[in-house]
Amino acid sequence: MSTLFYLSSTIAIASTILVITRYHPVHALLYLAVSFLAVGMIFLSLGAPFVAALEIIVYAGAIIVLFIFVVMMLNLGKDTAQQEKEWLKPKVWLVPSALVLVLLVEMIILLFTDSDQPLKVSVVDPRRLALSLYGEYIIAVELTGFLLMAGIVGAAHIGKHMHTPLHRFLQNGEGKKEKPKPLRPVESLKNEQTVLHDQ
Amino acid sequence: MINSAHMVLIVASVLFALGLVGVLTRKNVVFMLISVEIMLNASGLAFVAAGAKWQQPDGQVMFLFILAMAAAEVSVGLALVLQIYHQHKTLDVDRLKELRD
Amino acid sequence: MPPLLAFIPLLPLIGFVVLSFFGRQMPKRAVAILGAGTICIAAILTIILGLSFLQTPPAGGAYDQLLWSWFSIGNLSVDIGLRADALTLVFIFIITFVGALIHIYSAFFMWHDDDYARFFASMNLFVCSMLLLVMADNLVLMYLGWEGVGLCSYLLIGFWYEVPSNCRAAIKAFLITRIGDTALLIGLFLLFKELGTLNISAILHLAPDHFTTGGSNIVLITILLLVGGMGKSAQLPLQTWLPDAMAGPSPVSALIHAATMVTAGVYLIARMHVLFQLSPVTMMIVAIIGALTLFVAGCSALAQTDIKRILAYSTISQIGYMFLALGVGAWSAAIFHFFTHAFFKALLFLAAGVIIEALHHEHNIFMMGGLRKRMPVVFVTFLAGAVALSALPLVSAGFFSKDAILWYSWSAANGNPLLWVMAMAGAFITALYTTRLMLVVFWGDVRTPVHEHPAQGMVIPLIVLAFLSITAGFIEWPHNMVHLSLFSDLVQKVLPETVLKPDLPSEWLFQLMAVFVTLAGIYLGYLLYYGKPGIRWQRSPGLSGMRDLLFSGFKFDQLYNFLFVKPFVFITRINKSDVIDRLYNGIAQAALKLNSWFAISQNGSLRLYIVGVLAGILFIITLQILL
Repeated sequence: MSTLFYLSSTIAIASTILVITRYHPVHALLYLAVSFLAVGMIFLSLGAPFVAALEIIVYAGAIIVLFIFVVMMLNLGKDTAQQEKEWLKPKVWLVPSALVLVLLVEMIILLFTDSDQPLKVSVVDPRRLALSLYGEYIIAVELTGFLLMAGIVGAAHIGKHMHTPLHRFLQNGEGKKEKPKPLRPVESLKNEQTVLHDQ
Repeated sequence: MINSAHMVLIVASVLFALGLVGVLTRKNVVFMLISVEIMLNASGLAFVAAGAKWQQPDGQVMFLFILAMAAAEVSVGLALVLQIYHQHKTLDVDRLKELRD
Repeated sequence: MPPLLAFIPLLPLIGFVVLSFFGRQMPKRAVAILGAGTICIAAILTIILGLSFLQTPPAGGAYDQLLWSWFSIGNLSVDIGLRADALTLVFIFIITFVGALIHIYSAFFMWHDDDYARFFASMNLFVCSMLLLVMADNLVLMYLGWEGVGLCSYLLIGFWYEVPSNCRAAIKAFLITRIGDTALLIGLFLLFKELGTLNISAILHLAPDHFTTGGSNIVLITILLLVGGMGKSAQLPLQTWLPDAMAGPSPVSALIHAATMVTAGVYLIARMHVLFQLSPVTMMIVAIIGALTLFVAGCSALAQTDIKRILAYSTISQIGYMFLALGVGAWSAAIFHFFTHAFFKALLFLAAGVIIEALHHEHNIFMMGGLRKRMPVVFVTFLAGAVALSALPLVSAGFFSKDAILWYSWSAANGNPLLWVMAMAGAFITALYTTRLMLVVFWGDVRTPVHEHPAQGMVIPLIVLAFLSITAGFIEWPHNMVHLSLFSDLVQKVLPETVLKPDLPSEWLFQLMAVFVTLAGIYLGYLLYYGKPGIRWQRSPGLSGMRDLLFSGFKFDQLYNFLFVKPFVFITRINKSDVIDRLYNGIAQAALKLNSWFAISQNGSLRLYIVGVLAGILFIITLQILL
């Protein structure tokens, strides 16, 4: 089990590094899938098979697919990769990395201030999980249901192609001119959409 | 046998840190969302590790909630990305500054 | 007979309510009948009440009537309760009887005025408030009446509100009396704090046991009450509103600013006499204020040219006599002077009103003249009033009351030769300016033709009042002449008897001196004004400064202008841009400045926000590691 853990951890970290450094979105998403699968393996090694299965189904399945759909809809391809390449100069990485490194070091220091015990892995089977979930956490489950419902409705509403203009302050950029001027007329919007899809 | 719970937590921290670096570095909104997913996943890993240490199902229950939340978040977030692209013709987060004071 | 008691103030109240709601729709005749009728019925009721009081004095010396409980808070419970003892009866009699005569007079006097109903509504409300003031059995109800008369005084001074100066006079009267009212209110609070009750008879009963004579508490309370009385009664230094208050119609001046309301201070001190006796210092102050006022106001009256202002200053002066009498402890003399003064001063004002009407609203006495032949009835009645005012011996009511005050100002226990000298000087001046007024107005050449003669209804009240001005004094004779003292017998059921000093010179001596002074004043007036149309000596430059000083009432208005108005205007001018507000504006400016600084961070850059969050996390975790 230990070997499985170390192996999959290495893969997870490596593939995650690749995710955040890729220029092409589809490449990044593929590495992300690898990362999720590796994390799923870590779950398995920690004795959580049910969660490992869910990780693969939901993260590596549904969420990645969602991302890929969006990438397809926005037609993010070579142009985007080129743009990313321009944006991601090496010096851009310096400050965030340094800051996050400090955070990481501090977190690890905090971890090691506690006494260290070997971990006894025992499988927590889905039955216990289900009993706990529908027993003491029933309220949270229902609230999660609300959250998902709100997410669906919100996504459906936001995702619609809205013709409604922006607020008049936002429309003319400056927010000072009194007369509302649409950013672009409705017809041109339609044209853009067709252009998008044609591409 | 895994040596310790600490190792798992360190892996989770590293993943979290990498996701944070991604959020801070990338200018493209889609990449930022991907990085956020990495961070959420890392925190879920930390919960599962904690649950494994105490041999209780609660950590995994928390992971389930994080999962649901991530699903909702990503769906709404991607809808917003679509909408932003349609309205502004860009995904550059530095140009989406209309809420500035 | 007690149920009658409530009807006396109730009738004017009914008149006020009906007139103020329906007065505009009613014909003038109905307004006059209602307005004057309610007061006349109240006067008849008062006379019935007074007769029954004299025939069969009630137990405890007072009629009591509890109408209902007003409010009750903690251990303070205030009732609407009326109480009529001998002192109150004297006041009620004057208010309703003189009031009724003045109402009858005004029914004709105001006939051509458009706001006929408003005038009678205000007058009725005034009579009602004044009756409440004197009949209240507790000080809260009395204060209600006190404020009520102040309100009516304001309304009636400013009755002809189209003229701005009238409105200013009304506001001045209201504001200056307010100073006194505030002091009175604080006095009432202190009294309640000390004694735990505001019922008048309870206060008078409890006070001698509770307070030590001359203690600081009682001195403070009585001084506050005195300031209240000074404001209402136009005593020095709060007297400046009364001459200006003559802007109102003449019947108003007669009723409110001569006969009744301005004597409220006298009533208050007489009613609270037990408290004042416990504080000899305050008694002394009352006497000194009275003496100063009578002298200062008398001198001012000498130089006035407006007939109503002369009478106004003489009113202040006569009330000064009442305060002097109260101060020296001659309680019944003070009330007796109030009694006679109400008749002759009301008469003088009403007659002056007739003259002013007849001469096309001419107020200046030097534009009058020769009215003796033109208006004989007015002349005779005015003469009766003037005789009473200048206290001509034996034939006038004023003599009997003023002589008593002169005598007591020396001989009473608190009396003082200095006070007596002031009072004598006042008597001399009174005789002088009265003679001047008479000679200038009624003798000499005709300067303004008479264009209308008074209506019959206006003459009757004048005749009744003239009769009373001559004869009202006969009910109380000096002790050394005739043993007839009906008035003091009545009043001394409530008020203490005047204590005299031992080893006094003969009272005859003082009476002769008083008579001599009065006659000297009249003779001097005769020398100066009779048959001298030019009155050249008045124009001499040496006297003009003196004249200006007297004419402006010793420049009190200018003094107050300098002391209070100028600094206030100065402060407001400094504060025009709101010094205090600048502080708050500064706070707002600072907030805006800070906002503009912090707004830099609000730049819409999502990544910068995340860096901010990260910095916060780092800070907290570092703190946790370091600690």
